[in-house]
Amino acid sequence: MKARVFVTLKKSVFDPQGKTIADALHSMGYNGIGDVRQGKFFELELDAASAEQARTLAAEVADKVLANPVIESYRVEIDS
Amino acid sequence: MKFGVVVFPGSNCDHDAYHAAHDILGQDAEYLWHKDPSLKGVDVVILPGGFAHGDYLRTGAIARFSPIMPAIRDFARAGGPVLGICNGFQVLLEAGLLPGAMLRNRDLKFHCEHVYVRVEQTDTPFTQSAARGQRLRIPVAHGEGNYYAEPEVVRELEASRRVIFRYCDARGEVTEAGNPNGSVNNIAGICSEARNIVGLMPHPERACEASLGSADGLVMFESVLAALTREGAVSGAHPERAPASRGA
Repeated sequence: MKARVFVTLKKSVFDPQGKTIADALHSMGYNGIGDVRQGKFFELELDAASAEQARTLAAEVADKVLANPVIESYRVEIDS
Repeated sequence: MKFGVVVFPGSNCDHDAYHAAHDILGQDAEYLWHKDPSLKGVDVVILPGGFAHGDYLRTGAIARFSPIMPAIRDFARAGGPVLGICNGFQVLLEAGLLPGAMLRNRDLKFHCEHVYVRVEQTDTPFTQSAARGQRLRIPVAHGEGNYYAEPEVVRELEASRRVIFRYCDARGEVTEAGNPNGSVNNIAGICSEARNIVGLMPHPERACEASLGSADGLVMFESVLAALTREGAVSGAHPERAPASRGA
């Protein structure tokens, strides 16, 4: 089973990389694009019996390792 | 007295820290490999600067799971002095031994330059020989030194006087211009609740000799030596090795 984990800075945390990308896009004329937030994307190959178990496992490693809860939040998607 | 300098794959200021302790202060010093779960009886632990595990994932995020970390945690819990410098500070944050996290510098640039920091508190083992308000000229070298913590955590740090160093200008004033990375409240270094764990982004170990442009960092090493010698916990300098002078 495959899990996808998306990690981004929390909304309350300033993202200077996202801001720089947004500024660049605006200077290119993409005025229809508002805020940009940069993040990380992980693909995990999991040994799990069910989608639920896979989700629990992915969330556990995201909590412990993939994301730093002080500054980041994450979202998990499961491919079954 | 024996300094332990932790070596992670990617540490690159381990030799500078060893040099400051061993060659300048004239103390025993030993490298502690991150996979070795023993601290070999050292009296003080330094987590040096560098790029442990290539800064993969996040700075310090992999190093915090090193086999040596439980021993450092126990050592700190028992009151042992622990100093995290730059990447070492980032490791302490990831390990939860100090609160907060590091963000990318607000201008996205790697800052490698001498800056000024003000000593805010002297009741830690690493600042006790400094004067409160003393201005130190010390280099920084980091891309992710923009200290961040939730507002209530910052309030708690301030209320309990755990901000130990603040970026300042050449006159010692805490200003926006003196802040190289955007750290909240100009925070350059903090300590733990029990005050024995100190972390800071600037590099005192690179500023211990006048010939290197500044000897202002030496006071941190002298502080911990004085702190432990006074406690009677250690025997003092090695007799056959007189401490070197403060540099040229």
